[in-house]
Amino acid sequence: MGKHVVVIGAGPAGLETSASLAKIGFNVTLVEKEETTGGHLKKWHALFPVLLSGHEALETIQKGLSSAVKIQTSTKITGLEEVNDYFTVTGHNGWQAKADAIVLTTGFQLFDARRKEEYGYGIYENVITSADLEELLASGKPLVNRHGNKPERIGFVHCVGSRDEKVNNLHCSKVCCITAVKQAIEVKQMLPEAEVFCFYMDLRMFGRHYEELYKEAQEKYNIQFIRGRLSESTEDQDGNIIVKVEDTLLGKPLRIKTGLLVLMVGMEPTAKTKSLVKKLGLQQVSDGFIQPVDEVLRSNCTEIPGVFVAGTCSGPKSVADTLADARSAALAVADFLKK
Amino acid sequence: MEKKVINFGYSVTRDRQIDFDANNRDICKIVAAAEPTINLCISCGTCTATCSAALFTDFSLRQIILLVRRGETKGLEKEISKCMLCGKCQLVCPRNVSTRNLVIQISKAITTARS
Repeated sequence: MGKHVVVIGAGPAGLETSASLAKIGFNVTLVEKEETTGGHLKKWHALFPVLLSGHEALETIQKGLSSAVKIQTSTKITGLEEVNDYFTVTGHNGWQAKADAIVLTTGFQLFDARRKEEYGYGIYENVITSADLEELLASGKPLVNRHGNKPERIGFVHCVGSRDEKVNNLHCSKVCCITAVKQAIEVKQMLPEAEVFCFYMDLRMFGRHYEELYKEAQEKYNIQFIRGRLSESTEDQDGNIIVKVEDTLLGKPLRIKTGLLVLMVGMEPTAKTKSLVKKLGLQQVSDGFIQPVDEVLRSNCTEIPGVFVAGTCSGPKSVADTLADARSAALAVADFLKK
Repeated sequence: MEKKVINFGYSVTRDRQIDFDANNRDICKIVAAAEPTINLCISCGTCTATCSAALFTDFSLRQIILLVRRGETKGLEKEISKCMLCGKCQLVCPRNVSTRNLVIQISKAITTARS
């Protein structure tokens, strides 16, 4: 066919879209700003609900790539222009390509937990994020808090940077509830003596086997779920984190000491996504994610013919959802280019 | 000489916060050992909705389970005695909590702890 597609962003969405496009028969260039491909998945220890190793998942995804996919790393996109019936894509290092279609797979960025100052991230050493915990688990090091002690009690705070208009994020990040359950189980496996608590507003266990994992967390691991949103945390003299929530099911304020507090940070659109959207004149949803032309029927298409989206740049998704979305985007591109 | 405390007409109000660290949660541990399904309760309230005692008094099994889990067991003995052990709650529980045995085990644990 000889048509050329440029895919921007080499996380799971970009890798899978490129692999699928190549299988259909297109020439693909996959552009990545970092030195290596893989995106956030590179740092992720295990994926819910089956504790699939992040490293293995990434390897399998990357194996799908063929020689028809050219990978252009360490390249930041600076120019994106529609010229007649093709697009010109320019990188900061002088790299340039002509594309018949473009797929935006620019992904998400994690919510910066320091913006929720009252939760103490960046202030108290024993307040960490879910991403920090994931890196710690991946490192294979023993689970100790920043004071070198095995925490006797570990708390997980749901919805940090999600469903919170105070930080201008109305959306639900979808993956944090089940990630908290997964991480709580992993922590309990490492420290069977520890008590583990999840503080939540709602538990959204919508995915296949999520509810089962949640039940397993209660039944097998005695992980305790307290319905209440953290108001603020404080630190005691020994570096423990004092958590204050309302136990909303009892209608009383509750105070509890934890040795380690994990903030479940949500997904936000990246600054890069926002700037590309501006360059192309695309529509955004008010939360900053890219708005497809129709969320139900044409979720990979934008209002510019030839520009497509896949993965989390159009909204929070799990890895499984991202991969399915990427394959779906490849079909949408094929449908467009055969005309 | 007898000390006289001056009554200023004020008293100190104890706060109503659940102090998880100070509370004694042994009763919960004893109950959970005898009836592990206490850990499966998701506080949906179906038990209370079907409960005949709850219809005429402020008895709530959902709340009692939570109070036990938080170690807030003061006054619970009287509260739990309102249950007539009819077992309707067990028929409706979506998580298959053995509610009837739970009530029995909670009563037992509280009585044992008292003596």
